Amino acid sequence: MITASEYTFKILRYDVKEPEIESCFESYRIKVIPGLTILAVLLRIRDEIDGTLSFRSSCRSAVCGSCAMVINGKIDLACRTQVAIFGSNTIILEPLPNFEIIKDLVVDMTPFWNMYEKVKPYLIRKSPDPEKEIQQSEEERRRIDQFVNCILCASCYGACPVLARDPEYIGPAALAKLERFALDSRDERAAAELEEINSDKGVWGCDMVLRCIDACPKDVRPTDSIVGLRKKLLKYKLFGKGKG
Amino acid sequence: MLNHDVLIIGGGLAGLRAAVGLCDKYNVGLLSKVYPIRSHSIAAQGGINAALANNPNAKDDTWEKHTFDTVKGSDYLSDQHAVEIMCKEAIKIVYEMEHWGCPFSRFPDGSIAQRPFGGAGYPRTCYSADLTGHVLLNTLNERATAKGVKFYPEWFVIALVTDGGQCHGVIALDLKNGEIVPIRAKATLFATGGYGRVYFYSTNALINTGSGIGIAYKAGVPLKDMEFVQFHPTTLIGTNILMTEACRGEGGYLTNKDGERFMKRYVPSAMELAPRDIVSRSIQTEIDEGRGLEHPLGKYINLDIRHLGAQKILERLPSIRNICIDFIGIDPILEPIPIMPCQHYSMGGIDTNEKCETDIKGFYGAGECACVSVHGANRLGGNSLLETIAFGKLASFAIDEYLQNGEIKSDEGLLMSKKEEMEKRIHKLIHEGNEKPYKILADLSKTMSAYVGIFRKKEELEQAVKNIAEVKERYKNVHVTSTKLHMNHELINAIELGYMLEVAHTIALGAYLREESRGAHFRRDFNTRNDADWLKHTIAKIGKDGEPVISSKKVVITNYQPMERKY
Repeated sequence: MITASEYTFKILRYDVKEPEIESCFESYRIKVIPGLTILAVLLRIRDEIDGTLSFRSSCRSAVCGSCAMVINGKIDLACRTQVAIFGSNTIILEPLPNFEIIKDLVVDMTPFWNMYEKVKPYLIRKSPDPEKEIQQSEEERRRIDQFVNCILCASCYGACPVLARDPEYIGPAALAKLERFALDSRDERAAAELEEINSDKGVWGCDMVLRCIDACPKDVRPTDSIVGLRKKLLKYKLFGKGKG
Repeated sequence: MLNHDVLIIGGGLAGLRAAVGLCDKYNVGLLSKVYPIRSHSIAAQGGINAALANNPNAKDDTWEKHTFDTVKGSDYLSDQHAVEIMCKEAIKIVYEMEHWGCPFSRFPDGSIAQRPFGGAGYPRTCYSADLTGHVLLNTLNERATAKGVKFYPEWFVIALVTDGGQCHGVIALDLKNGEIVPIRAKATLFATGGYGRVYFYSTNALINTGSGIGIAYKAGVPLKDMEFVQFHPTTLIGTNILMTEACRGEGGYLTNKDGERFMKRYVPSAMELAPRDIVSRSIQTEIDEGRGLEHPLGKYINLDIRHLGAQKILERLPSIRNICIDFIGIDPILEPIPIMPCQHYSMGGIDTNEKCETDIKGFYGAGECACVSVHGANRLGGNSLLETIAFGKLASFAIDEYLQNGEIKSDEGLLMSKKEEMEKRIHKLIHEGNEKPYKILADLSKTMSAYVGIFRKKEELEQAVKNIAEVKERYKNVHVTSTKLHMNHELINAIELGYMLEVAHTIALGAYLREESRGAHFRRDFNTRNDADWLKHTIAKIGKDGEPVISSKKVVITNYQPMERKY
């Protein structure tokens, strides 16, 4: 038999449409079984206790990137975090930092997508397409593996101390996406195109404190991409040419 | 009132592919109730089928062989001309996606890697580890970004506006601002995905309510073959998260409590790589006959991939391993994975032809919400990703053709009166009633899983139809506690529930009426296929009294005469 125990969920509540009311924590007491995830409990709270609670969710299997939030002080996906792992019966939920709140745990992701668009997050080709696939070796494919795994959940964006003080910093996810293409053997963007991120709003803004790596639920290391892009830029500055 | 030439509803693979195909020429708007990249296409794991003949064991593979496997897999209920188009298109599509940057896994010669999948005569499933949906959706999202497709993220469509013969647009709820907005369009494409959540046990995301199918049905668009529901053989117990068919494609075993590879008693030639309907029935039979294993989360069968070795698992099935560790605390390198079959895919859907056209002019359907039908009574693994992109592309051609042919006038008055109707309905949801939506959904979905599942029979299906009528009655009294319109997920759930009830009704009724067993529809009381009476599509259309009216449609047969389906 699995027995349920009582938990207290303290959830930050705020509504951008009622700016005069300050954000505050609301407590919900609920009995849950230990194997349950934070997302499963949130769904129960909304269904059974408080229909006004807002949070995003979809796949419930850590692939869609909808439900990143701060759980007991640590950023993670609500769907893959089990209630039992904290060794405490109180769980505090807050929205992702570095974003404006729309309502409760739902933040306005617009700046995140703007940064994503800035890096030209797509394969750039100058050569004509072959009739079949563009050849790529297994090794070349493996090189982009970790960056391909990014689910754009914005956990790293929320964790980034640079973004906390400078909202114009491009952020770890966009740079990881850029490196995913810059490292792709098929991509033909010119090194000069990296100028967009050659500033302290780009790769030189990173503090290298690796919070993004800690926050990533998919084991992506955005810092690796920043180091990689810095090297490419230096090489380009020194030798004046080369692929991105 | 917003205005577009083309409205695309749904930001998964089908919707994005259609948008990419149309945005250079037309004013396209793409609405999605989530950010497009969160769409459920992202969760597809195993791969996309195309007869590239890259695998050294498949040098003589052709699109015709792919067609045959698909038709046979469909238990001859697919429309063969449509399957031919899709399988021919498959090769072009995979190369196109690759050219657009899709990071497929590679063979040592640098070509796109292909793995074996169930029901296929050749290893023709192109993949990227076990993240194929993720890489394809990212690639199309990137392509749409490059082309500047106009997205309306977190806009939820609540009604389709037609005059019975022509589509005029949609009424949508802008979730961020909480506004109800009519949107006029010359052509509207639904690419809204499947209805998994009408089942209690489903691999599907929470957003897969099937409300798009229900919205179309309520607007008078016929649905096709709704009784054909795919139950995936291998889903993690407890959460029902998908354990990709690639686990078996890469060589995984299914074993019962005696450690026996029981598939040898069901399909000795194909073993674990028999088609999904057959493997699901075999697993369910093992469990029902007492050869399953016990877990506090339920009875299960083992999916054992340990013998593949750590290296292969880490390389080909890395996210399967992570899911198992995160969600059930099992490392599949060291222990077998406890699985059960459950609802996975909607073969049925909005009745479309091979050009994605419906009965309503200017209204199109593509992807899982549509039924062309290319999957017939059972879909082969690796064909759903293919269908989404193939028919997203074909929809863009059909819409282009439609828009070129003459002036299309949309009726603003019709849109405004529908908007008022929806406002009244939402007002009623918020201010009247006392039924909690989640309770109605629980009762509906439990009915569907219990009585309209892998094995079906008359009495249970009768019970299901009766239960659905009851919950529909209760729905009239449904109540939403949150009064605001912005980011009100309780309200969205309540609206979607209304459409889910209609979808479930057509599934259960179709299953009750179809007195034969074909593909995924297995009747214990009519346990063989009956081509004489039932080689036909089921069509469900809403009647004047709001009840479904059932009729039938011919199956298109070109080159493949129905034979006994043996593996």
